[in-house]
Amino acid sequence: MDRGFRGIAWASAAFILVLVVYIIFEIGGKALPAMSQYGLGFLTSTTWNVQTEQFGILPQIWGTLYSSLLALILGGVFGIAIAIFLTQDFLHSGLAAVFRTIIEMLAAIPSVVFGLWGIYVLIPLLRPVADWLHGSLGFVPFFGTSLSGPGLAPAALVLAIMILPTVASISVDSLRQIPYKVKEAAYGMGTTRWEAILKVMLPTASSGILAALVLGFGRALGETMALAMLIGNANQISLSLFAPANTLAALLASSFPEAGPVEVRALMYAALALLAITLIVNAVGLAVMKFATRKFEAER
Amino acid sequence: MNAHSEMKVAAEVAAPASLGIVMNCQLEKVFYGDFLAVRNSVVPIEKNKITGFIGPSGCGKSTVLRSLNRMNDLIPIFRFEGKVTYHGQDIYDKKVDPVVVRRYIGMVFQQPNPFAMSIYDNVAFGLRLNGFKGDMDERVEKALHGAAIWNEVKDKLKNSGLSLSGGQQQRLCIARAIATEPDVLLMDEPCSALDPIATRRVEELMIELKEKYTIALVTHNMQQAMRVADTTAFFGVDISQGSRTGYLVEMGPTKKIFEEPEQQLTREYVRGEFS
Repeated sequence: MDRGFRGIAWASAAFILVLVVYIIFEIGGKALPAMSQYGLGFLTSTTWNVQTEQFGILPQIWGTLYSSLLALILGGVFGIAIAIFLTQDFLHSGLAAVFRTIIEMLAAIPSVVFGLWGIYVLIPLLRPVADWLHGSLGFVPFFGTSLSGPGLAPAALVLAIMILPTVASISVDSLRQIPYKVKEAAYGMGTTRWEAILKVMLPTASSGILAALVLGFGRALGETMALAMLIGNANQISLSLFAPANTLAALLASSFPEAGPVEVRALMYAALALLAITLIVNAVGLAVMKFATRKFEAER
Repeated sequence: MNAHSEMKVAAEVAAPASLGIVMNCQLEKVFYGDFLAVRNSVVPIEKNKITGFIGPSGCGKSTVLRSLNRMNDLIPIFRFEGKVTYHGQDIYDKKVDPVVVRRYIGMVFQQPNPFAMSIYDNVAFGLRLNGFKGDMDERVEKALHGAAIWNEVKDKLKNSGLSLSGGQQQRLCIARAIATEPDVLLMDEPCSALDPIATRRVEELMIELKEKYTIALVTHNMQQAMRVADTTAFFGVDISQGSRTGYLVEMGPTKKIFEEPEQQLTREYVRGEFS
């Protein structure tokens, strides 16, 4: 019995490993022709021209990182704020559970629905704000262009909402894991409620909150459908929040259906680049977490 | 007039400063929701002495201790009726901020509870909280010396406070509490999670600390009260009303409480006839 379960557990774990290696191998194999043809210049070139067979993904890399970073900042701040609100006695515990369920339900909304909501609700809502910001603060690079419809801002906002449940619920768990005696210690030292939260509770939960942010960022990097609908699919690099942009995932989603064999090879290379970015981000995140854990927690 | 009633008179008639009474707890009723947890207990805390609180479980000794720096305010259903004067000021007065009270009246808990920070940051925590601008290193070292743990941690101040053993963690918590040089130190069964050797160290430390601080100590261990407390307060449980309500049975010099108590209940308890 025991041995059977152990076998199943081992097999499942091994299967995941095999699957990851297989995916990398398969995509890498398909990308190999493009890799040898375009080399590393593929990552720094800004044209994507099927006719001339010139391909480069720097704008997409930029758009992927920029939109995800914006989403991480917004979703991170709100997610952590929600976690604090739900765990630090601001709400009756029953009410907090209801709130938490609602936030977790956000994760169940299909990506395409978020995309439609973005197009029909968010963009019209954003337009007057964007126009005003561009009009009065147009000299700031972030507001350098006007919002013509899809663009970075609506995409990043929707991404932020999409990563919110991940960030919030993992942060809630890590804050809730803190033993009551730690809170007592903080109040016993004469902290106010906010001092206790900011100087004791958040640092104590820091490794869990970092994990939440890394997972949220990873999710934002790979998000496809909503972004393909909202980002505007423009091959350009701009700091402006209102300019259309593109991401790797959106490029793949929108180009694959009509791509010929030459473009498919380039798209495979782009897919490999996206995979590499997410793997690197996760690895760096894990390393940071490990460092933070070692520093603060030691053995309990 | 015997010592016991003298104490009572001192507590009730007051003029606390002149008698060296730093705090005077004049508790009338303490409720958790509808439950009357403790009633009618007058507990004066004398300067530079260790006042031990003993009694069977459920007698309210921890509740009384935690009323002295308003720690019980963390429990929403807690309600305190009466007064706790600290240098003549009632800390339950509406104008008094409990946060400020806790900065003057430090606390050491039953379970060691260092923060998930370095040893140094643990000790510096309260100083930073108070906006201390002087020589932080010196104060941290002084507090760690004061808690008799400096020699064990001086080479690893950057390590996590949680990497220490239980007894060391408790002394670290004492260092954290005394770093801000509070007036009064409340200790709620500080040795209950420690082994006998660590317990002995903390007890020796308490006796050193009373030179500078005033200590109130809850202990479930009568031998500990006999070893360290100058004054002992014995709390009992009143079950006559169909509920379990704690109250102060008797308070006096430790020797007297253990050798010739006035109350029958105290005598039975210190003889170990119930616990």
